[in-house]
Amino acid sequence: MSSLEQMYQQVIMDHAREGHGRGLADLNLVQVGESHQVNTTCGDEIRLRVGLDGDRIESVSWEGQGCSISQASVSVLHDLVEGEDIAEAEAAMEAFRDLMQARGEELGDERDDLLGDATAFVGVGKYPARIKCAMLGWAAFKDAMIQARKDQS
Amino acid sequence: MLRPNLRDDFPLLTRTVRNGKPLVYLDSGATAQKPRAVIDAEREFYELHNGAVARGAHLLAEEATDLFEGARGDVARLVGADHGEIVWAENATAALNLVAGGIGNASAGIGGEESARFRIGPGDEICVTETEHHANLVPWQQLAVRTGATLRWIPVDDDGRLILDDLDTLVNDRTRVLAFTHVSNLTGLISPVSTLVARAKQVGALTVLDGCQSVPHLPVDVKALDVDFMAFSAHKMLGPTGIGALYGRKELLDALPPAVFGGGAVTIVTMEKTSWHEAPMRFEAGTQPVAQAVGMGAAARYLMDIGMDAVEAHEREIAAILRGGAAELPGVRLLGPVGDEHARDVVAIAAVAVDGVHPHDVGQVLDDRGIAVRVGHHCAQPLHRRFGITGSTRASAHVYTTPDDARAFVDALATVPAFFGVNA
Repeated sequence: MSSLEQMYQQVIMDHAREGHGRGLADLNLVQVGESHQVNTTCGDEIRLRVGLDGDRIESVSWEGQGCSISQASVSVLHDLVEGEDIAEAEAAMEAFRDLMQARGEELGDERDDLLGDATAFVGVGKYPARIKCAMLGWAAFKDAMIQARKDQS
Repeated sequence: MLRPNLRDDFPLLTRTVRNGKPLVYLDSGATAQKPRAVIDAEREFYELHNGAVARGAHLLAEEATDLFEGARGDVARLVGADHGEIVWAENATAALNLVAGGIGNASAGIGGEESARFRIGPGDEICVTETEHHANLVPWQQLAVRTGATLRWIPVDDDGRLILDDLDTLVNDRTRVLAFTHVSNLTGLISPVSTLVARAKQVGALTVLDGCQSVPHLPVDVKALDVDFMAFSAHKMLGPTGIGALYGRKELLDALPPAVFGGGAVTIVTMEKTSWHEAPMRFEAGTQPVAQAVGMGAAARYLMDIGMDAVEAHEREIAAILRGGAAELPGVRLLGPVGDEHARDVVAIAAVAVDGVHPHDVGQVLDDRGIAVRVGHHCAQPLHRRFGITGSTRASAHVYTTPDDARAFVDALATVPAFFGVNA
């Protein structure tokens, strides 16, 4: 598999097309947070909304446009963290960030398990210019979580 | 016709990329590669002549000053200016900010009566165009904010051509500055400079030309163009980074207050006040990027040795392949005018949008073949917005670009829709 094929694995292409979690959800939850992130190099943007119910991430939804890497990444993020506990989501977030810094090396079985389909992004780590693309949705999620935990309305 | 061995002047072009593939460098619009003459000029300056320019009473200071001022003369010659009409700036952005900032300072009362002609305020207008690179938009937009003047702009049509139907309304008796690009960094279109300058002169507005994409690729004569100011950068014209230049009509430069204050730019300084040198020194406060200026001079000489007419002819040949080839591909939209009848209106820039594929993804497939292009908004967000897209993939050429390079771009672009499963 070439580096290019490693980056654009089928699972990434599928997520990019399907866009799980696309369309901001109307949330009737106590704790809701939202974040808007822009990749200044290309103008790609994403608006992501999370709703919490105690320690559980009840809802993750988003809208925006971008390259296949950024779109697939936020789609995978949605599948990975929606319905999970905050602690698990934070562990996945940390693992994903490490995967991006791993220059194309896998993290090892234990941490790969945390990532599910997100392990397919291993090839992105070889292309420093694309790490921002993959991180766009995750940055929005991290920020939205901070907003949600402040929100007690 | 360029020298057949001209590519040998550029050491970087011999390297390989991405698992041994030959480099196809098509990102010269962002930054050009450097000929050995430029690299050597910088190195020789440091190895043999480095000294403080215009200060010091020793031989090295003399040699460094001669080289620094000699470079200014070479750059002046490239664009048809006089020696004292070229001001060094760290890049074209800084050069444009020098003019906008100077006008802003004049408007705040700096420079006194001598600078009063530059004062603008509420009721005055600044006019730009929808095609501008952010560097020739944001400084004017912010000058308007600072002074209370109104910013207006000339719109473009679907091909990216300036719409001049309402020129007399957009540039009117209240217009004090008309700033526009010579060549669009997105469509490659050459602006109708004479029409715009004529209108600006009718109403007494200053003209500021962004020459970043013209000076490296076309014969440019500031006196023939009759503009008041023109900014351009070295690194796009085969020169070093960290240096650019501003051309200004001498009588204007001598009256415009500086935007950056400090030593070397002044005549008499007391604790209360300062009087400035005449141009260009008044704009060159602090130690200048001397080796880079020497490198820019070498780049100007290199281009003049080739001959800018020959450079332009080469551009046309490459443009025909890049633009002609890209325009024919299914699922690919070439930005700017399409068709051979427009060949005289554009330089060798081809920015494309591929249906259903993001520019970053397009660039990645090209990079895998060793083809280096620019992706994103190229610092021209308003023009992309006008075209209904957020970004594009841009190939741009220079003297070392071969017809095979251009064909490699077109061939690789043709494979993109299928790679991403888009039906073209």
